[in-house]
Amino acid sequence: MTFVAKPKVHHPRLPLNDIGLTRRDYEGSVSTLCAGCGHDSVSAAIVQACAELSIPPHRFAKVSGIGCSSKTPSYFLSKSHGFNSVHGRMPSIATGANLANRELYTIGISGDGDSASIGLGQFSHIVRRRINMAYIVDNNGTYGLTKGQFSATNDKGSTSKRGAPNLYEPIDLVSLAIQIGASFVARSFSGDKKQLVPLIKAALMHKGMAFIDVISPCVAFNNHNGSTKSYDYVREHRETVVAADYVPHAEEITADYEPGTTERINMPDGSILQLHKLAQDYDPHDRVAALHYVQSRQAEGEVVTGLLYLDPNPMDCHDILGTVDTPLNQLNEADLCPGNAALGSVNASFR
Amino acid sequence: MKPTNIFDPNYFHKVVDCQWACPAHTPVPEYIRLIAQERYTEAYMLNWDSNVFPGVLGRTCDRPCEPACRRVRTEEKPVAICRLKRVAADNKGDISAWLPRIPKIKNGKKVALLGAGPASLAVARDLMPMGYEVHIFDKETKGGGFMRSQIPAFRLPEEVLDDEVDIILNLGVEQHFGFEVKSMKAMLDMGFDAYFIGTGAPRGRDLDIPGRKEVSANISIGIDWLGSVAFGHTTSIKGKVIVMGGGNTAMDCCRTAVRLGAESVKVVVRSALDVMKASLWEKEDAMSEGIPILNNRPPKEFVHENGLLKGIVFEVLRPVTGADGKLRYEPSGEPDEFIECDHVLMAIGQENHCPWIERDLGIQFDKWDCPVLNDTTLQSTLPKVFFGGDSAFGPENIIWASAHAHRAAISIHLFLTGKDLLNDRPPEHINLVSAKMGTHEWAYDSEHDAAPRYLVPHADKKKALADIKLEVELGFDRELGAKEAQRCLNCDVQTVFTDKLCIECDACVDICPMDCITFTENAEEDELRLQLTAPANNRQQDLYVSKGLKTGRMMVKDEDVCLHCGLCAERCPTNAWDMQRSVVLVPQLGSQAGC
Ligand SMILES: Cc1cc2nc3c(=O)[nH]c(=O)nc-3n(C[C@H](O)[C@H](O)[C@H](O)COP(=O)(O)OP(=O)(O)OC[C@H]3O[C@@H](n4cnc5c(N)ncnc54)[C@H](O)[C@@H]3O)c2cc1C
Ligand SMILES: Cc1ncc(C[n+]2csc(CCOP(=O)(O)OP(=O)(O)O)c2C)c(N)n1
Ligand code: SF4
Ligand code: SF4
Ligand code: SF4
Ligand SMILES: [Mg+2]
Repeated sequence: MTFVAKPKVHHPRLPLNDIGLTRRDYEGSVSTLCAGCGHDSVSAAIVQACAELSIPPHRFAKVSGIGCSSKTPSYFLSKSHGFNSVHGRMPSIATGANLANRELYTIGISGDGDSASIGLGQFSHIVRRRINMAYIVDNNGTYGLTKGQFSATNDKGSTSKRGAPNLYEPIDLVSLAIQIGASFVARSFSGDKKQLVPLIKAALMHKGMAFIDVISPCVAFNNHNGSTKSYDYVREHRETVVAADYVPHAEEITADYEPGTTERINMPDGSILQLHKLAQDYDPHDRVAALHYVQSRQAEGEVVTGLLYLDPNPMDCHDILGTVDTPLNQLNEADLCPGNAALGSVNASFR
Repeated sequence: MKPTNIFDPNYFHKVVDCQWACPAHTPVPEYIRLIAQERYTEAYMLNWDSNVFPGVLGRTCDRPCEPACRRVRTEEKPVAICRLKRVAADNKGDISAWLPRIPKIKNGKKVALLGAGPASLAVARDLMPMGYEVHIFDKETKGGGFMRSQIPAFRLPEEVLDDEVDIILNLGVEQHFGFEVKSMKAMLDMGFDAYFIGTGAPRGRDLDIPGRKEVSANISIGIDWLGSVAFGHTTSIKGKVIVMGGGNTAMDCCRTAVRLGAESVKVVVRSALDVMKASLWEKEDAMSEGIPILNNRPPKEFVHENGLLKGIVFEVLRPVTGADGKLRYEPSGEPDEFIECDHVLMAIGQENHCPWIERDLGIQFDKWDCPVLNDTTLQSTLPKVFFGGDSAFGPENIIWASAHAHRAAISIHLFLTGKDLLNDRPPEHINLVSAKMGTHEWAYDSEHDAAPRYLVPHADKKKALADIKLEVELGFDRELGAKEAQRCLNCDVQTVFTDKLCIECDACVDICPMDCITFTENAEEDELRLQLTAPANNRQQDLYVSKGLKTGRMMVKDEDVCLHCGLCAERCPTNAWDMQRSVVLVPQLGSQAGC
């Protein structure tokens, strides 16, 4: 950690985004995590993604649970809304926030302990409910904050820093998310911002539950030779199947890819998501095949990354519930309590 | 690109922008830290070691270091490097214990220094500790050269100059004041083992336009006039004065004329305001004293009535920047301008001029009448004769005189010990010492201070204009000096990268406030400069490139706007980054770098 605050001065030629802000305007306070923690890179990627999207910082809501990962919302978007909740309970808060104000861009930050151990129930149900948010797990295979116990995503047979093996099967959050209703599922690596930043942008602009599992090494407790979540292991065993590229305006598409390898998806706001297939036969719209591929590679110790699954017809909870377009927190008393007559007719409709 | 060789002494020296720009390579950040620690005497001696006249230079230096200062690039205004030097000088204690020990038994060789300006004095300072018998000759009665005769007392009080001249003379230099050198041959006949010519560039240029001869009585050559003011021969100037020229002589002439009672003073210059030779601050000082500067006006003719000067006619031009970026002057279409005046101070340049050097002694001169010299050794075509200061390549300034002197002194020493002046010349070195003291503790103040440059307090203008000896600038007091010192970025505390330790976690990239660091694939420099986190389009600043890392990428750091804040090193989990203080060892006789 650092005691010295990051100086406010910035590079004299730092680019401005469409609303005249620099990337530095999206930062938070200085991190208190261990030097070299992957989580800090994820925060930096979020900062860059939000700045590049040119969304004003106050339009974001950041919510988290407990853990080193869940501390990170302090380190980005200091001018946004935030709630640091209790262990494993981020999904409840995120659900409430999104129901109350559907216009905010909701970023949920959690850890593998927070989401796969204590919070697995909440995780499952927020995914099923398809809350419109970017749900990011900083996955280091350990409880960093409580000094390095195995978490539920730690691979069987991988060891602790002292050499003791993990005896339990891992929970794969990506597979679970694909299975139970997430419409955007990706895996990435904190050490690869080129891949991660476009994924975060796409996740934020995606309408529905967008889940990203980011392998984010814990330098203090899980970056040793027996770990499958270390910088070295991930770099050696990583395979990217689909690279995403978020393009804010259609006319900006310049790069030419080999025909048949690139797919363009129109996003609700007029922007475009380009998918570049790096693995020949991988189809990111086929749920069952995606699950199969991820699982079979995992069985061989490989880590599949990139955009793994994208629902061609996504829906979010507001679509499912049929809520009004106006955010609920902006409705006035008359709208919310339309009176006896209205209640009568509602009741009548059920008779 | 190839990996950077950080052990090349020039690599990190260049990163210390101020020190690199200083002709004498004064270790600026080190003395600024000493000031911050209230160690004024040590700060003074560090300066004295490399630039010889800290008290004088802290008031008058041309300060090439300041436009080079990194803070110009990270914000706008440089650290007040020059005025901090003065803080060290104003607050220094007794320095006698710090002065070099001079051998009582001499080494048997005698060296003559002609002229007692800064160049010769600095050569004397360097040669004395080596046991030479040093003789200094000057036509004036005191040492200091132009520092005494040209720089007005309101910029440089006499006591400050006396103090620094005496420090050197008191090392035991044999003094021959009131000695005008009239013949080089006669000097050679005196049988010295080596000669250093530091007689300056004492001839002021004149202007031959119609009417010049007729009005001689009303025209003074600027440097001669300033000299006569300095020595008390001229005490007033009457009527309306025009100063012609745009360099520092012009600025000193106009400000002196105002103080000597001129009815009005105007500076009229051929060139445009921002390309005038005078430094920005000199122009500002003149203008703040109410002196108008009229630009783009070449003179055409002196107007007189029966030999009595009435004024000058100037052409009025318009500066235009051509497509090639060069400035040209076009007719403006405005009519010529007549400006009334009673007296003209001609400050349009000087020349080196040594009519007393006979041309058959083997000392060759080129077509501009400058001596033919070896650029590195400053040796002339007569091996025992060396030049330095303004006499070498034409008018420069005090800090260049000091720099030349160090070079010439080394040459003289090599020459007199039978060594080769080029091959046996001691090389530059660099020492790197880690500044790490603990997890978050550095042996320097790493935190960035965003304060804007502090202003130097000035004397009351009315009083200053009434008294030619009253120093205009009051200098920073200790408190302001301490504050200004905090603005220094400590560019000599270097970011040093060890490729083998890096795990490519990106922590340094993420924390760096200035986007200096990138991990990327190798490419040619032009391409590489564009593919960094922030485009590196300042080609004057180097890229620090590592060897290939585990992922096949390499670390590239753009040195351009690094704050030397040490955050990269604080965030690095493996100490692949370390902050290391670099000490540039510039060879110099009698200094700790020795030879
Ligand atoms: C008006 C003016 C203002 C200036 N202001 C600044 C300033 O603010 N800052 C700055 O850095 N520089 C300034 N300079 C420039 C600076 O003064 C010179 O560059 C510097 O003094 C050169 O040093 P020097 O030792 O080569 O020669 P000088 O300082 O010129 O010394 C030469 C000495 O040689 C003596 N001499 C010459 N001929 C003979 C002879 N035949 N016999 C015996 N003795 C002889 C002279 O009497 C003199 O003492 C200024 C110059 C002028 C004209
Ligand atoms: C209800 C509750 N149970 C247990 C804890 C102790 N605890 C704090 S953080 C943590 C694990 C965090 O692990 P993870 O979410 O993976 O975060 P990391 O620190 O690894 O980023 C635990 C068990 C707690 N704070 N609250
Ligand atoms: S303990 Fe691990 S997860 Fe927590 S801050 Fe340190 S490196 Fe990051
Ligand atoms: S010292 Fe390191 S962190 Fe600070 S500006 Fe320089 S490269 Fe960046
Ligand atoms: S912080 Fe250190 S280990 Fe991490 S990328 Fe930078 S230099 Fe390498
Ligand atoms: Mg964890």
